[in-house]
Amino acid sequence: MSQAAVIHTNGHTSYLEHKGKYSGLKSWIFSTDHKRIGILYLTGLLTFYAVGVVFGFLIRLELIAPGRTIMDAQTYNSIFTLHGVIMIFLFVIPGLPAVFGNFFLPIMIGAKDVAFPRLNLLSWWLYITGGLLAIISILLPGGPADTGWTFYIPYSIRTGTNVLFTMFAAFLLGFSSILTGLNFITTIHRMRAPGMGWFKMPLFSWALYATAWIQILATPIIGITLLLIIVERVLGVGLFDPALGGDPILYQHLFWIYSHPAVYIMIVPAMGVVSEIIPVFARRTIFGYKFIAFSSIGIALFGSLVWAHHMFAVGMSDTGQFVFSLLTFLVAIPSAIKVFNWTATLYKGSIQLDPPMLYALAFIFLFSIGGLTGVMQGALSVDIHITDTAFIVAHFHYVMFGGTGVGIFAALHYWMPKMFGRMYNKKVAKVAFWFFFIGFNTLYFPMFVMGWLGMPRRYYDYLPEYTIYHQISTVGSWILILGLIIMFTNLIRGMRKGPKVTEKNIWGGETLEWQIETPPTHENFAEIPVITEGPYEYKQNEPEYEEAVSHEENGKGKEFK
Amino acid sequence: MSIPAPFTGKTEHEAHAHRDDIASRMGMWLFLFTELLLFGGLFFLYSVYRYENKEAFHDAARELDTLIGAFNTAILLTSSLTMALSIAAIQKNKKMLSVVFQMITVALGLGFMINKYFEWSLKISHGLYPKSEVMLSLDHGEIIFFGLYYVMTGLHGLHVLVGMVLISVMTNFTLKNIINRDNYVKLEAAGLYWHLVDIIWIFLFPLFYLIT
Amino acid sequence: MNEQHTQHPHESKEDGHGYGIYILVWLGLLTLTGITVAVAGINLGGLTVATALIIASIKSYLVLTIFMHLRVEQTAFKVFVIVALFFVIISFVLLFSDYSFIQDSDV
Repeated sequence: MSQAAVIHTNGHTSYLEHKGKYSGLKSWIFSTDHKRIGILYLTGLLTFYAVGVVFGFLIRLELIAPGRTIMDAQTYNSIFTLHGVIMIFLFVIPGLPAVFGNFFLPIMIGAKDVAFPRLNLLSWWLYITGGLLAIISILLPGGPADTGWTFYIPYSIRTGTNVLFTMFAAFLLGFSSILTGLNFITTIHRMRAPGMGWFKMPLFSWALYATAWIQILATPIIGITLLLIIVERVLGVGLFDPALGGDPILYQHLFWIYSHPAVYIMIVPAMGVVSEIIPVFARRTIFGYKFIAFSSIGIALFGSLVWAHHMFAVGMSDTGQFVFSLLTFLVAIPSAIKVFNWTATLYKGSIQLDPPMLYALAFIFLFSIGGLTGVMQGALSVDIHITDTAFIVAHFHYVMFGGTGVGIFAALHYWMPKMFGRMYNKKVAKVAFWFFFIGFNTLYFPMFVMGWLGMPRRYYDYLPEYTIYHQISTVGSWILILGLIIMFTNLIRGMRKGPKVTEKNIWGGETLEWQIETPPTHENFAEIPVITEGPYEYKQNEPEYEEAVSHEENGKGKEFK
Repeated sequence: MSIPAPFTGKTEHEAHAHRDDIASRMGMWLFLFTELLLFGGLFFLYSVYRYENKEAFHDAARELDTLIGAFNTAILLTSSLTMALSIAAIQKNKKMLSVVFQMITVALGLGFMINKYFEWSLKISHGLYPKSEVMLSLDHGEIIFFGLYYVMTGLHGLHVLVGMVLISVMTNFTLKNIINRDNYVKLEAAGLYWHLVDIIWIFLFPLFYLIT
Repeated sequence: MNEQHTQHPHESKEDGHGYGIYILVWLGLLTLTGITVAVAGINLGGLTVATALIIASIKSYLVLTIFMHLRVEQTAFKVFVIVALFFVIISFVLLFSDYSFIQDSDV
């Protein structure tokens, strides 16, 4: 926040320099302006992400050779636990809704803020508190949790490490997520500008809407589950402890009833970002708007019904396994619909390969690999073989990192110029992209292979036959991290010192954020707009437009927008 | 003390110009869904464990007094009535009547909690609490039953307490005319919360007290 | 559904007999409670639980529609409630798709 440069745009005061009740740091951390809250989240997000990346780096460093490399087994267990907790609860789940949803949802629907701005600020406070608790848990006596981010019973009630702190952190973070979802649903229902019917809403808003429902309905389940473990550890009630009659499998059910839908909280907004970027940089109307809108709802719905596919090898009944395997196959369908529609949008478009587009295209590629391997895992016979191996690790990194992570990077490159009124270096951004993309695949693809060959996940040590894959993977992590460093240096430097941007429509988009000032004013809109058409009405590359233009040229002028 | 504006975060003037009661109620309903799912998780636990420990649950439930449970149910149902009546009263501009109904609601909540206190004390005095010698000597199914009992009625009780505080705050607002005939959505929201707490008990009661 | 201006609090549709309906429902709730307790005394096996849950659902329905004013709210609210309940029920059903069919359980 201290680096927020004063930016005057055409005589308008931007939200960055708006004078409210407070000044300085207080004007940020007590702000109820959705845009400032989005920036606050961004700061927290990137900080926690950096910590998570460091842990990932350390994991890969340890695994470059069998046996002990840089740490002992206990430390290793804690590092991968925290890597998971931080990345999942502090980066990927909040990520897009908290930063870009907060910043752009009201603007995209023509509103001046969200429905409950003070609740929004509370969400951020909960997020930061949860994050700090998770970090503090590393430093307290007892050491950081070593249970894996899944906190499986019975180890999570037996281990002497700081499970309580970590769980309570996750509980607060869940609360933050719930309140954001609550805010967004109400905002979308109640605050759309006149004329903006549901089917004139941008697809990012549809994505946020579907996500918000999952946030509201699924998150409380992990809330109660975490609470129960806390109560179990503190009071010994015996609800999960097998020694007292508890059922560890029931814990897993409860855990995954949230944690599977959680991955859709992660991916659906990212798909929304891709749906925004593709039309702009292909200069074509999105293909199948309604299909994409409804598929977001479909993913939210079906995604809530498949959780036990994480438990195929624990001793479920045959009927249960069959049901969940079938539902898992079904959930792939709405995702595939999106991929088809994006691809169809690209067809005959004029593709501009600016950085946002590079990341959007990478998303489609990486997410497809991740998604298809997910379908593989849905097959019971296959999953018995590859569950708890590096194959699974590769799968979820392709979807969560190659999917949501890349979606976040795409959103950063797409929207940051609008948020800050400055441009980053596009050439450097592209260089960073390629380091990232090559590093990513080098890091994670070998995990598919070694997982297939039997390399277990979360293992500190391994047999010599896996060494080559681990070595390639670790080198990949270095290339990837180099890419990240270049990317973030470029973005941060760009936003602080890059050339100023004052044009409203930086990329040529059709959604409302590109019709307002850069950076936006405090109120977003001088007057709430009246909406008359949909958000992707690109006239170029549409047959009717080309016809109309040629008619015009022939003197038969046709009114076209 | 400044008058709290409805949840729009704007200046007082703007806030009143852009007040949206439907949004406020919608927000509270969405929050109630999270409570439904929070307790829902516990009901899932109860269902599975009961399915697998039918007899033990039956035996353990004999410790619970059906009459006290039924009495508590009646108390909570009545408190829901008085809550609804308090809103009807303010709609008719009957400020003091609304205040009285709100205070009765809180008093009934207190009555519920006092009953709960006695129930728990009785069990604890019989040695029936987590990790006690008596508890650990019981059948696994019974340990689970009591674990669920304490956690579910405990969490519910916590919500009753929160509700009582919430309604008391609303009573204060009503007395100060912040809640009035033309602006009572806060009271409605508090009412919605209270009714949900009642609904949860409506399900807790038969599952713990009526399975003998 | 999309107004951004001052919302007039929904006029009580039963202004004249505003309190009556609530008292009626309350009496109904107490009666249903009594029935539940009475039925519990009779041993009908699994049917006792089912009856108790059905009656509890009826009571909840009354509280939702009358006390919580769902009856007079916008359609969106009713859809929301159905969505939330659907999620609870389907999760329950799927959970039991595992537990009801365990073959070799020694619990």
